[in-house]
Amino acid sequence: MSETLIKVQNLRKWFPVYSRGVLLKKEVGVVHAVDNISFEIVKGETFGLVGESGCGKTTAARLILNLIDPTAGKVFFQGQNVYDKFKSGSSEEKLRFRRKMQLIFQNPYGSLDPRMTVFDIISEPFIIHKHVPRKDWKDRVYKLLSLVGLEEYHAERYPHEFSGGQRQRICIARALAVEPEFLIADEPVSSLDVSIRAQILNLLGDLQKTMGLTYLYISHDLSSVRQISHRVAVMYLGEIVELANTDELFDKPIHPYTHALIQAVPIPDPATKRMKLILPGEVPSPINPPKGCRFRPRCPYAKECKREDAPKLMDVGGGHLVACHIIRYS
Amino acid sequence: MSSTILNIDGIQTHFFTEAGVVQAVDGISFTLKRGESLGLVGESGSGKTVTALSVLRIVPIPGKIVAGKIEFNGEDLLKKKENDMRKLRGGDIAIIFQDPSSSLNPVYTVETQLSDVIRAHQDLREQDLKEKAIELLKLVGLPDPEARMQEYPHQFSGGMKQRVAIARALACEPKLLFADEPTTNLDVTIQAQVLRLLNDLKGRLGMSLVMITHDMGIVAELTARTVVLYAGRVCEIARTPDLFVAPKHPYTAALLAAVPRLDMRKTLRVIPGNIPNLIEPPTGCRFHPRCEYATDACKEEQPVLEQVGPEHFVACYRWREIELKGERVSRE
Repeated sequence: MSETLIKVQNLRKWFPVYSRGVLLKKEVGVVHAVDNISFEIVKGETFGLVGESGCGKTTAARLILNLIDPTAGKVFFQGQNVYDKFKSGSSEEKLRFRRKMQLIFQNPYGSLDPRMTVFDIISEPFIIHKHVPRKDWKDRVYKLLSLVGLEEYHAERYPHEFSGGQRQRICIARALAVEPEFLIADEPVSSLDVSIRAQILNLLGDLQKTMGLTYLYISHDLSSVRQISHRVAVMYLGEIVELANTDELFDKPIHPYTHALIQAVPIPDPATKRMKLILPGEVPSPINPPKGCRFRPRCPYAKECKREDAPKLMDVGGGHLVACHIIRYS
Repeated sequence: MSSTILNIDGIQTHFFTEAGVVQAVDGISFTLKRGESLGLVGESGSGKTVTALSVLRIVPIPGKIVAGKIEFNGEDLLKKKENDMRKLRGGDIAIIFQDPSSSLNPVYTVETQLSDVIRAHQDLREQDLKEKAIELLKLVGLPDPEARMQEYPHQFSGGMKQRVAIARALACEPKLLFADEPTTNLDVTIQAQVLRLLNDLKGRLGMSLVMITHDMGIVAELTARTVVLYAGRVCEIARTPDLFVAPKHPYTAALLAAVPRLDMRKTLRVIPGNIPNLIEPPTGCRFHPRCEYATDACKEEQPVLEQVGPEHFVACYRWREIELKGERVSRE
């Protein structure tokens, strides 16, 4: 039986919005960045989280790592409550917890310190976590470099001497330096050129196989999500609207938003002629989102839908979850 | 009237920086037929944007067009006086940039920005100007144009800003429109809206469209012919379906194999190495350091574009011998 590594339970993050003013700041609204999401990530799998900008996918990642505090909800890592650990655990315990989860950012130009050499960047976690004796640093850094496809001589260089793809490799090496079990990759290939994207996607796949890593892969690029994920959740305005195995989700999407999202992506094959469902309008503001079903203002089936309440995420069979009142099998 | 609207012949645009001469565009040639939509694909640094800027002669300093010929409607653009060029820009030739937030002026209302363009090219009364602006915004599908054109760009969403930018580009019914990565900054559902709009407008106004992009999907869906650029040079020119089914240049094939597809899972083939530095580009064929088929001859001299089929040109010494795989035809 596969083991659950991460369990996210009714996670919620609301950001209050204040009116301008120094003395009398008034709360004028609330951004519903993440609103009541739940899912589990199984050990060794890649869980994809897709959605358009502002849907809350990055906020979800930061919540899971407790880089920000949640408004409500829980996150469990190997059955242990992450927020309890970070709130009341000893500093050693906190560090031990941090080592297990790491993050790779979108922009490898902003996430590497330009004044540090690659050696210093990759060995910095050793200073903090003290899990590698000083005399082994060099070996360990070289090992990490070769793991991500870089050479030993790269260790003495600075980030500006590298291309975007190579920098992302350095970021991955740094994340792996603490021997994590769980990696969150937040749009790791979005800022890279197409010919370089495949290198990084394949590298992530290879590392998963050899090291048994578990990934949360966050992206707005559906093609890369399909390529790398085992299961996928689709987010819209802070909520999960559909969650299924990758092939099931892409081949038999049920939620109209998933349909539209998939059909909106151009396919690199002129022989494919598809009927396109193009959604009207734009994603509404997450401050005071639409009541009931949040997708309703853009939904092509809204006229047929008589329900006023918000749909709940329901299992339609085989772990395929959908939040829609008019569930269509197609 | 000749069927060719744009003929680019061996242009070289170099940037004279302190670090050295960047050969951003180094001998690019292609033609564009009237009413055609042409894809210009390549990765960053391949010279696709600089090609468009060269045609409009708005290459930023320290860049200079050092050689070549650009014929638009039979006239040599590089011989034109600056004043005559100004009449063409925004008139017969227009461009839409990647980032509408920086290509629209933040301190003027949308109405002002639209009517400025129209006023520069046409002699209209104030009332007619206003009507024309409203008409343009209706054309690009902006809701409630009368009221919204009094607003400033920051009051619009990304997709709506790009619609305004498109309206501005279409203000004087250009014969040739460059769209430089017009949807890269937009969300997918908004991208689909904007691409459909561009395609509809192209048909309705009978424009010729040059679609600059790195997204092979957009090329496949929107263009009839494609020019593949690499490091400032042309690798391959072909009808889009031919390019996908039977690419002849190793770079084209590698690029297709490296792009994940939404409609199927595939093994991603990796192109080794990185995009070359254009101050000291590789000798010979610029792709040779990353090419699995490269021989010694490829390092020596740049291969010229050869015709290999109807409207199919490739710059590779070994196209006859090597067998390349295109994208598999989809399941549908």
